[in-house]
Amino acid sequence: MSVANFLLRTRGRHRLHWTDVVTYVYLVLGLVVMFAPVSWLVMSSFKSESAISQFPPTFLPYSQQTVTVPGFDKPLPLFEVLNTEDQSAPPVVMAQARRIGIMAAMVDPKQPEVQVKVNVDDRVPVNELDFAWSNYIDLFDKFTFSTYLFNSVFITVVATLITLLLNSMAAFALSKYRFKGQRAVFLLIIATLMVPPTIILVPVFLVINEVGLLNNLWGVILPAVATPTGVFLLRQYMLTIPDELIEAARMDHASEWRIYWRVVLPLSAPALAVLAIFSVMWRWNDFLLPLIVLSTNDVFTLQLALNSFQGELNTQWHYLLAMTVITLIPVTFVFAFLQRYITTGIASAGVK
Amino acid sequence: MLRLLSFFFNLFEPIFKLAQRWLGVSRLGWVFVGPNLLVFGLFTFLPIIINVFYAFTGGVELMPLKRPYTGGENFEILLYCSNYLDVTTCNKDVFWRAIFNTGKFALLQVGLMVVLSLMTALVLNRNIIGRGFWRGVFFYPVLLSPVVVALIWKWLLQSNGAFNAGLISLGYNPVEWLTTSDWSFFWVVFVSIWAHMGFYTLILLAGLQAIPKDLYEAANMDRASAFTTLRRITLPLLMPNLIVVLVLAAIRAVQVFDEVFVLTGGGPGSATTFIVQFIYQTGFAEQIHLYGLAAAASLALATFLVILTLAQLRLSRANELGSKKA
Repeated sequence: MSVANFLLRTRGRHRLHWTDVVTYVYLVLGLVVMFAPVSWLVMSSFKSESAISQFPPTFLPYSQQTVTVPGFDKPLPLFEVLNTEDQSAPPVVMAQARRIGIMAAMVDPKQPEVQVKVNVDDRVPVNELDFAWSNYIDLFDKFTFSTYLFNSVFITVVATLITLLLNSMAAFALSKYRFKGQRAVFLLIIATLMVPPTIILVPVFLVINEVGLLNNLWGVILPAVATPTGVFLLRQYMLTIPDELIEAARMDHASEWRIYWRVVLPLSAPALAVLAIFSVMWRWNDFLLPLIVLSTNDVFTLQLALNSFQGELNTQWHYLLAMTVITLIPVTFVFAFLQRYITTGIASAGVK
Repeated sequence: MLRLLSFFFNLFEPIFKLAQRWLGVSRLGWVFVGPNLLVFGLFTFLPIIINVFYAFTGGVELMPLKRPYTGGENFEILLYCSNYLDVTTCNKDVFWRAIFNTGKFALLQVGLMVVLSLMTALVLNRNIIGRGFWRGVFFYPVLLSPVVVALIWKWLLQSNGAFNAGLISLGYNPVEWLTTSDWSFFWVVFVSIWAHMGFYTLILLAGLQAIPKDLYEAANMDRASAFTTLRRITLPLLMPNLIVVLVLAAIRAVQVFDEVFVLTGGGPGSATTFIVQFIYQTGFAEQIHLYGLAAAASLALATFLVILTLAQLRLSRANELGSKKA
């Protein structure tokens, strides 16, 4: 009763209004629509190759129990055999020795000598919960999966570091200096917000090709390290840092570079954190640019590998799903621990 | 860690000291902003210019100077139809289909997106327990990569997936969700809303929380109905955020690509082929890479985006003027 009271209490008001009911119904419905597909994916990724092709599918990864019977080389699958003559009798657990058409020869594991012929419709497989961790282990053993993982991590980490450095330098110049053409530079950078990569795809490909970075991880890293969003975000933040601090540092004969990285950068840590999170998300999830720049297997990122795996004629879903789940993990981590930074970032700058 | 960091930053010290002595403090700004501008110049400004050049040249060469000037030929190939009422008579009927599909997608998706994210934001703005949790629920898919989003749904919608199992257990016939034109279009719209709704909900929620509470108290005193309060207080004050959502969603809907590319591959036929996929296929995926045609198509896309951006400026200015008058 107290649990119900706790769940149904409202702030301030005492009685539950019908609109509150509608609200919670909407929220629970949202929970199902948003999370059920993801949980279905995660559960499916633990199914063995045979369990994954089973129809109708189950939510949890089940597989049929087997038993080793003396006199048979391979472990035999277990079934519950219904008693066709006496409906009230409990079903008997038996192992299948072999199957011919609709009849199966079943043996009792305790008395392997006696075989009984049973119609396949009169029995139900004995299933047990079985998480096929091998889907994940095989990825590292059988495939070049570790290469893809490394490529993705490398691009994400290096690109984010360079993004932070370049964008904070530019933001520093645009917020703490007065120089000729400053306004023009700022407007130029902001204008590129309006030029999405999708419309300059061909010439970007040309430039990357000319500088010799095709099929090279740097060809994905460099083109997008100067993000207008990042410059804008950091500049707005640095404008709030008092100029007196910089003047004081100049009095102490600190060089401008020193002022930048010893005074301004540490003070911009919150904005840098927001940009870092965004950059990690952008890079980890990036698809179109890698798709045109990286075309050989050894430079594939996780996203490209997933795409090429799913396009194959015989998709090996049990591996593909496991790979998808691994790709999900860092993002889910960011979601669980850093969600607050992202939401403030979006609310303050309207960026994604 | 800290020592590594200071070692790294100290590496640049001499360069900047030298530059400071040469240029003086104020012009040092150029040095700070320089690397950024270099990357922008090489990978954004230069491409914009080359893109226009590409659109007016033909051939299969990648180097701009080796490409013969062909005037408006690319545009003619893209746009010419012998009968404009019948798409099959067009030179490049896939392009027209892609334009049509993109328009249809943008209208449907943006409309539903605004309505659904507004509803969700209104629900989240109520006095609910665990608001942070619920906000997270709707926001989670936003962080997923488009490829992952597409694979999640592809797994559910494939012919012996969970959806068909559900249909069969309810006594219906299974449906080929992703290989029937109408259904695959529906799912493309649905999945893209599923994946991005949380982002727009967040923008609207921020707007809702900025509305002063005493306005609602005053409305309550006047015994205004919930609907009147919504129409007279909430919606007008939320208008700036609604415009942002509308335009951002439209700009992104016009550029839809990754999720759809993995989910349906543009098919069946060209039922879910959109402009960006057309550009990708003409420029990169097909046997002969027709860069000029792809560039011309991307100029068409750019035109769309310019119109949308201008519309945003217009709308928000009109909204500001309107609220000043009131």
